[in-house]
Amino acid sequence: MIFVIARQELRRLFLSPLAWTILGVVQFVLAWMFLQSVNNFLVVQSQLLGMGGEYGITELVVMPLLGNTAIVLLLITPLVSMRLITEERRNKTLPLLFSAPVSMTEIVLGKYLGVVTFLVLQLLLVALMPLALLLGGGLDLGMYASGLLGLLLLIGAFAAVGLFLSTLTQHQTVAAVGTFGVLLFFWLLDWARTGADGGVLPYLSLLNHFEPFLKGVFDTRDAIFHLLFITTFLALSVRRLDMDRVGG
Amino acid sequence: METGRTPQLQVEGLSRFYSNLQAVKNISFEVRQGEVLGFLGPNGAGKTTTMQMLTGNLAPSQGRVTVVGHDLLEDPRAAKAAIGYLPEQPPVYRELTVDEYLDYCAALNRIPAGKRRAARDAAKEKCGLTAVGHRLIGNLSKGYQQRVGIAQAIIHLPPVIILDEPTAGLDPIQIREIRHLIRELGKEHSVILSTHILPEVQSVCNHVQIINKGELVLNDSIEGLAQRMQSSILTVRLRRPPGHDVLAGLPGVKKVESAEDGSLRLYHDPSADPTDALLKLAVDRDWGLTTLLPQRATLEDIFLELTTEDTAHTEAAAMHTDVRVPHKAGRGVRP
Repeated sequence: MIFVIARQELRRLFLSPLAWTILGVVQFVLAWMFLQSVNNFLVVQSQLLGMGGEYGITELVVMPLLGNTAIVLLLITPLVSMRLITEERRNKTLPLLFSAPVSMTEIVLGKYLGVVTFLVLQLLLVALMPLALLLGGGLDLGMYASGLLGLLLLIGAFAAVGLFLSTLTQHQTVAAVGTFGVLLFFWLLDWARTGADGGVLPYLSLLNHFEPFLKGVFDTRDAIFHLLFITTFLALSVRRLDMDRVGG
Repeated sequence: METGRTPQLQVEGLSRFYSNLQAVKNISFEVRQGEVLGFLGPNGAGKTTTMQMLTGNLAPSQGRVTVVGHDLLEDPRAAKAAIGYLPEQPPVYRELTVDEYLDYCAALNRIPAGKRRAARDAAKEKCGLTAVGHRLIGNLSKGYQQRVGIAQAIIHLPPVIILDEPTAGLDPIQIREIRHLIRELGKEHSVILSTHILPEVQSVCNHVQIINKGELVLNDSIEGLAQRMQSSILTVRLRRPPGHDVLAGLPGVKKVESAEDGSLRLYHDPSADPTDALLKLAVDRDWGLTTLLPQRATLEDIFLELTTEDTAHTEAAAMHTDVRVPHKAGRGVRP
């Protein structure tokens, strides 16, 4: 049942020009960044060889590309997730889901899976670009895989926040702005560093649990942080939708 | 009459509060197979709230709803599978075609993949949608969107179908078609429909409930209602009428009203006909009886009688809140 709702969500997303526009624009912007950094790399390549070859193309081109992808995803996730529940609420189509033999959890997971699938498609398109480098040289594939895994977890966290914010309001723009604000807040919590170990707030920063992946470090604690983050916001979404039935 | 059949839907002591306001007060009723139940009431009486609770869109504050033996709160999946619901506004996705939409609804209602096509085609045929399967729902007229909404509610052949104002906003021809469709559905399913159009109830339903301010004030079969309507009003014209209190003292008379044309209307219990007593007194006391007419009360009369306190209230409320149009500043002549 989750897959029925997810597939429907994805289908309706691709029926709107928004999904195609986002895919195209993001791909264009990131491709341009990628080309520029490959160019720069070619210029400095000979000097790097002289330095002992500690940094290769993976560190200097591919991982920065994935870092930029994270920022771009932070900008576009609100646009993709804003219509999830808001639109149904506004068009009064929620009763269709509520009166079908489907639980609230299935509805939320279906919607979530739909939007995550779209973002994964976007990620796959971006991930293809560095693979082109394999034609002319080697890549540190382990590091690359670690970066992609980090992005995957990040997408999950972004989408969960987007889904929750879209259950709160009837207006898509409000949901989008709210999602963007919350995501940016969790991104920048890192700035609230106090003392040597940084304190609690930076620990909650999404950035701090994503950056290790970019360095090729896979720490289960980071992965678990993301999974807990996702679960929290999905549970909040289920609760909020239940309030529609119970409260009033 | 239909005592042999098991109830498809049982409602016991259903109540709903919106913070302090009690929108639905302790409603209980049953719907049996093959019944078309008309749910009547003025705007804001609690019709939609009740229907939302019957379909699991709103949690009741108190009470139980049982659908074909499944408790809606304890076993929502089985109960909801036995219900088809058309809300006030059909829950359609405008960007989908009719076929795509109905396939999705079939899947949501757990119809196995192999049977979805057949279910969709059957629903389309019942609702007269066969010709528009490939069109976008957003491009269809209101009447057709309403039919798509009904098709959605019946696609999984639920024992109970609940329709919230299915004919609102349609033109007369469409209304006739939808009513015909509902009558057809009533042969195989139990149907509950809400409306504030009185003739609709008489033409479609075989059972009537009137709800007013959250309370069930009438629950009767259409035959019982016809009985009620036949002889509960006597129109009398007297040349020398006595005071109203004399007439009101007649056995069985509940209320006496003067009509605009000078005649008197005697409301009485359907069981106790005061005609004989009235005739006798009219002769004895020389009132000069010229007209004596048993009048058929319309459903409208019953409806108004049962909800009249409410209308008085709303009228009073309307008078208090007379709308004052503010001065429109920018409309004057500019210097």
